[in-house]
Amino acid sequence: MPTIEVPKEKWSGKVREITLGATAADGGTRAKTVTVGGETTLPYLHFEGDIPHPPAIAIEVQDRKPADWSPVLLEAWGDVTEDPAAWAKAAEEAGADVVMLRFSLHDDLSAEYARETLRVVLDATGLPLIVFGPGQAELDNDLLVPVAEEGKGEKLVLGVCEDKNYRTIVAAALAHGHLVDARCPMDVNLSKQLNILISDMNLPLERVVMDPTTGALGYGMEYGYSVMERLRLAALQGDGMTQQPMLVTPGEEAWRAKEARTEEGVPEAWGDWAERAVNWETLTASALVESGADILVLRHPESVKRVRAMIDALMSN
Amino acid sequence: MALSGLEIYKLLPASSKDPEVKKHGNCKECGFPTCLAFAMKLGQKQAELSQCPYVEEESKAQLEASAAPPIRLITLSGDGHKLEVGNETVLFRHEKTFYHQPGLFVRVKDTQADAAEVAKAVGEYTVDYVGMDLTLDGVAVEADGGDFAATVAAVKEACPLPLVLLTEDPVTAEAGLKAAEGIQSLLWAATPENWEAMAKLAGEYKVPLAVHVDGGDVDALAALAEQVQGTGVEDIVLDPGVRDHVSSLSVFTQLRRLALKKNERKVGYPLIAFAGDDPVLAGQHIAKYAGFVVVDGFSPGTVYPLLVMRANIFTDPQKPIQVKPGVYEINNPKPSDPLMVTTNFSITYFSVANEIESSGIPGWLLVADAEGMSVLTAWAAGKFDAERIAKSVTSTGIGEKLDHQRMVIPGHVAVLMGELEEELPDWEINVGPREAVDLPNFLKMQWG
Ligand code: B12
Ligand code: SF4
Repeated sequence: MPTIEVPKEKWSGKVREITLGATAADGGTRAKTVTVGGETTLPYLHFEGDIPHPPAIAIEVQDRKPADWSPVLLEAWGDVTEDPAAWAKAAEEAGADVVMLRFSLHDDLSAEYARETLRVVLDATGLPLIVFGPGQAELDNDLLVPVAEEGKGEKLVLGVCEDKNYRTIVAAALAHGHLVDARCPMDVNLSKQLNILISDMNLPLERVVMDPTTGALGYGMEYGYSVMERLRLAALQGDGMTQQPMLVTPGEEAWRAKEARTEEGVPEAWGDWAERAVNWETLTASALVESGADILVLRHPESVKRVRAMIDALMSN
Repeated sequence: MALSGLEIYKLLPASSKDPEVKKHGNCKECGFPTCLAFAMKLGQKQAELSQCPYVEEESKAQLEASAAPPIRLITLSGDGHKLEVGNETVLFRHEKTFYHQPGLFVRVKDTQADAAEVAKAVGEYTVDYVGMDLTLDGVAVEADGGDFAATVAAVKEACPLPLVLLTEDPVTAEAGLKAAEGIQSLLWAATPENWEAMAKLAGEYKVPLAVHVDGGDVDALAALAEQVQGTGVEDIVLDPGVRDHVSSLSVFTQLRRLALKKNERKVGYPLIAFAGDDPVLAGQHIAKYAGFVVVDGFSPGTVYPLLVMRANIFTDPQKPIQVKPGVYEINNPKPSDPLMVTTNFSITYFSVANEIESSGIPGWLLVADAEGMSVLTAWAAGKFDAERIAKSVTSTGIGEKLDHQRMVIPGHVAVLMGELEEELPDWEINVGPREAVDLPNFLKMQWG
């Protein structure tokens, strides 16, 4: 009987390998580093290429107890949300590879506050850190520059770096040995463009993660999914400016959705609140794992477990 | 896979090796000046092969085969519910779109006391997502040593959806098929051991048949499908026997590529996947190429997100789902009730409309034509600006239905306030909250 020849793609490109965090040997204080990227084929098709590193899971920790988080989330973490250091430790125990520290929007934000908060979190965990501002370009600059100084040599990922504010953040990353999270609104060409602009400032592409923007399940998830597939195909076809590992934020997006936030006044067909909410985050995240995510920022410890189980299964070959 | 015009030309009389056929070449009887011109039109599907009386039998077969879809369309039906899967044409949704959503089935066993109850819940389940009623597609009944026929009958009685009959024993299968008569079920499965008997049953009862091998052996699967097809059973579904994340991703991808890129007919059928009780695996099967996904257990808190995931992945990427621009009246508003403005992206519209509706507050919702984009996307793209909002105020004549001139705009586009006041000088513009969930509270506190 003639055998069927399974078609294999021969890709010429490869995703860049990027390392987050620095140990004492490299001038930082982290207990370990995390390397992502390096893929030479589409997600988890081990039969035709290499997937050298599993995607990393980052757990989001905020500088103070979030005012607008779903009670399902707040309950899962308990008291640690009052204290970013305790929260970072709890995140490490919950199985994070990386801790993402996010500053929320409030009146006490200042350079000094940002430094202090970063310091307590660095002291509390040995994991590499991602640090995000509250998401307003100017304010982000005001906080991330002192963060970059305070964390000199730690190879933090600073975000988000958008077309509006990339210069300041890239300059800070250059000066203090960090990485940046380059975010564009779901567009292949804009992503390429931003990577070019950043590398024109001489930040090596080994220090740029690309953030294609995430939509939640039911709220635009499929746009992000497809843009990621297109970016990954372009990378494998050899387009050097799309070969950055991808960071996505399914936790933040999914927990903004009504499905995750509320119990009251929702249709009965939505089912149990906690079950649905965790599924909302997990399915948003798992779809993005299938489309090539290299770093996933999650919020609920149960989602972390489930996405980890999926990643382990996809990497076991 | 469709042939190009030139490939078709090689099969037409002008290219024939047989002089008796070749002599007709370019005879124009098809209505085109040359065989080549006809070939080009055929390639563009603007002509019918039957227009040429001289095509050789063998060429005809090849041409007809190439016109058939690379993944066969399989239809199941229950009592009023129809499911079509297959007929996909691309590997990635951005290349065109995915057409036929995979059927989602819940598995019950014939040893399970509450099988009919579960089936009833499955059949009755429906959930609204952006104006679409999402439902499951059926029940998979597994022979597990109980009374299979009785369970199938009870499930069929309790639930109007199609069934999948899970048994490898032909005698049991026939009992199940008898019990399921009147609806179009899927029979699982023919194996290398039982395929002759199973194929016979599929032929007699006119149901699609799944072929099942173990361990993702693509060669064995193709061979088995070919054997079954040889008995005259055309409606085939493939089960390569992979049940975990990594091997199902590889094998399903390989089968999809073989069908689409290599035009491998032997595997040109939809795939069936079994996700057990793992919603994440079910999600993978939805995105990566299953035609049927069987899950264990029924729980709305898991089914709803899976149905939404399926709806998202199978949305046509070229056309955002939209609602018609215009004025929508919610909860029978009076002229004094609030007016709110939003865009015509379905997800946006329904987020807002559902909030107002469930709060019981009457209101007018003015949906501007933002070309199907969300509030911020449309704003960033210049499709939801003061000018457009003002235009929809005038074109809908909403002002005449109200006894006030005051409107609430989405909090995310607070920046539009100034320009809107210029465009609509007689109106008072209020900035609402950013998220729709907070809208009812805002209206209670701020309106009036
Ligand atoms: C999916 C998406 C897309 C999709 C389009 C989807 C669509 N059909 O609209 C695609 C990929 C095509 C896209 C394109 C672009 N996008 Co876009 N996109 C998104 C994304 C991820 C989600 C948007 C979404 O669907 N949200 C869900 C809906 C339901 O939200 P919503 O409409 O805002 O409605 C909510 C509220 O506003 C409120 N609400 C709505 N109406 C009303 C009314 C009242 C009265 C009140 C009180 C409240 C209210 O209720 C809803 C639920 O809470 C966001 C980022 C994000 N995560 O939010 C970026 C985002 C909106 N996009 C952005 C941009 C810049 C663009 C582009 C211009 C960039 C580009 N790629 O060229 C293009 C523009 C399109 C074009 N030129 O063709 C930016 C906008 C930035 C800004 N603030 O200006 C965003 C915020 C991303 C970012 N952070 O940069 N995008
Ligand atoms: S009918 Fe048309 S295609 Fe057929 S032989 Fe004549 S010219 Fe060629």
